[in-house]
Amino acid sequence: MTTIFDNVRLIDPASGLDRPGRLRVEGGRIVGIDESPSGAAPEGVERIDGGGAVLCPGLVDLRASLGEPGHEYRETFKSAAKAAAAGGITTLAVLPDSAPAVDDPAMARFIAARGGETGSVDVLPYGALTRSCAGEELAEIGLLHEAGCVALTDGRRALASPRLMRLALSYARAFGAIVVQHPEEPALAKGGAATEGELATRMGLPGIPAAAEALMVARDIRLAKLTGGRLHFGHVSTGEAIGLIRAAKAEGLAVSCDTAPPYFDLNETAIGDFRTYAKLSPPLRPESDRRAVCEALADGTIDAIASDHMPRDADDKRLPFAQAASGGTGLVTLLGVTLARVHDGTLSLIEAIGLVTARPAALFGLRAGRLAVGDAADLCLFDPERGWRVEAGELPGRAQNTPFDGRALEGRVLGTWKDGARVFG
Amino acid sequence: MRDGTPHFFARMQSQRHLLGLQGMHPSQIVPILDLAESYALLNRSRKTQRDVLRGLTLINLFFEDSTRTRTSFELAGKRLGADVINMSVSTSSVNKGETLLDTAATLNAMRTDLLVVRHAQSGAPALLSQKVDAAVINAGDGMHEHPTQALLDALTIRRHFGHLDGLTVAICGDVAHSRVARSNIHLLTAMGAEVRVVAPPTLLPGAINQLGVQVFHHMAGGLADAHVVMMLRLQRERMSAGLVPSAREYFRFFGLDAERLALARPDALVMHPGPMNRGVEIDSPVADDARHSVIAEQVEMGVAVRMAVLDLLSRRRNET
Repeated sequence: MTTIFDNVRLIDPASGLDRPGRLRVEGGRIVGIDESPSGAAPEGVERIDGGGAVLCPGLVDLRASLGEPGHEYRETFKSAAKAAAAGGITTLAVLPDSAPAVDDPAMARFIAARGGETGSVDVLPYGALTRSCAGEELAEIGLLHEAGCVALTDGRRALASPRLMRLALSYARAFGAIVVQHPEEPALAKGGAATEGELATRMGLPGIPAAAEALMVARDIRLAKLTGGRLHFGHVSTGEAIGLIRAAKAEGLAVSCDTAPPYFDLNETAIGDFRTYAKLSPPLRPESDRRAVCEALADGTIDAIASDHMPRDADDKRLPFAQAASGGTGLVTLLGVTLARVHDGTLSLIEAIGLVTARPAALFGLRAGRLAVGDAADLCLFDPERGWRVEAGELPGRAQNTPFDGRALEGRVLGTWKDGARVFG
Repeated sequence: MRDGTPHFFARMQSQRHLLGLQGMHPSQIVPILDLAESYALLNRSRKTQRDVLRGLTLINLFFEDSTRTRTSFELAGKRLGADVINMSVSTSSVNKGETLLDTAATLNAMRTDLLVVRHAQSGAPALLSQKVDAAVINAGDGMHEHPTQALLDALTIRRHFGHLDGLTVAICGDVAHSRVARSNIHLLTAMGAEVRVVAPPTLLPGAINQLGVQVFHHMAGGLADAHVVMMLRLQRERMSAGLVPSAREYFRFFGLDAERLALARPDALVMHPGPMNRGVEIDSPVADDARHSVIAEQVEMGVAVRMAVLDLLSRRRNET
């Protein structure tokens, strides 16, 4: 079966392509990019008129938690896949701190297989850095890497022990494996519910100092230097930590980082009125930090934007703020919120798309996130101008705990294709 | 992007509930104090107003122990003729896993008119207020606010000095964990008083200076020429958490004794929201010194303020 996407604006950040054109798909693979029209479509060829919308690689989301296994009432692979497809995401890396944790090669293969069953998204497991993600003894890093884990991390939990972190970075080097850290010094952050400062003081909420992030980032950069290990920080959110990462990169260290849409689109005031849907980890920051994240997106210090998707159900959130679970959904809104930084002039369109396709794929060495002849036809068609409003309760998929509830966005996914098959739109 | 915060709270101060004092204007505060003052006089004359809340149901919902505040609200409700019921956490089904919102549904079914809530978590009364039909009065939530305490403190001060603006009030002790301190800061700064906080840095919350107060780490400077010295209770667990090394060290540097009190104005008032830790934050002779201590009067004004608040909220309820 042949499909021709016609009348589209092709954007492929990996190759720098950005021009009106067409794209041909056969047998689930891209077989032609920007060929000259061959007249009327022959018999048996499906022609999709993009109406001038953008056709780009399917999004690569390198940081998400799913409810399954362990918390299926929050979300299953099936419901997450539905949300991902609606968000234009075709490759999804999932954190290992599920119940049970992905600290065994068999679990890693199970996660990938369950993702494959959805037929609409490649699910790539992270492996646990320590057994049960408990931070006490190293997991089988080599076996997990061999089983296809994209990187090693304890997910939402920071690896607190500097000795273990040193060992992990050293040992993972043998396999060329990447170690991903949740950048927060846990003893300083313990019991906190919001960024320490005026707002937390006014609301009477226990604070987490911004220094908790900088402290962990500084420590681990130093350990990366000591070991020569490959280190990545998930969801960075403060200007101070970003400054440290910028300096480490300038020094030539193998350090990278991602951030998530809440940290460049919302500031701490979103938790006013004790809105628990805006309770995240790391917590939302003051406006000055949000601006610093935007600057780091623009100057390339931040390597990727990930959804940081974390499903919660109503009972997890309908609690007094400090007791409510942290985390927000992010799959459906990843592209729309990222495009908000295009509309406000922070990023060009191709840069923005690169941050959710080619750059995360390159970080983890994935064959995804690009438009290349011979590659799988994982595609996202979107209209960068079309407006919509995020409404908790109306999102595709089961989890509805979006921190962007009520946010008006410009930029909507019109269709998503996985291996050439339409999975959304 | 929205900068700043107060507008959120201004909106939260919907007329239907009393959740906090942040963002309140003097034009909203003064009428409460005036009405409370008249109730204080009425209480002293032993005349009661049993028809004001007749037929209304007031529930004291206390998720945290408190004899003083609960009794004060109970008395206020009864003096105005309400049917008053006390629900405390030890007897309620919250211990059986019922959520706060299940409780809200139950209270709605009981046709509660006025709901007084105390909870260990900041924001719990705000959460309840979104789900119950009753007017919610925050009787203390976590480290957030305790609005009736600040109102009764203000009334007590006003009765002695005749006004609040221009006065210097030193709030001393564990400001970080104190809802009383926060509500007092909001009210007193709104009314034009100069507010000082006096505490070791470990007992002050982040960015406290942005709440419009002056920060002192020594009693000598903090108490100098103060009109009011307001002491806060220091919980024992602050010592075990390492915020203060020991009770004796705390008293040595931050306790109130006669010598320190002499630094304040000769007519200074000594206040304490209670219950006191004698010998930890306040020396017994000072607490009992009738020339300065107005701690008993605070309790008396508490009933009057709560009568005023219940009266005003029930009137608004009738209007809607």
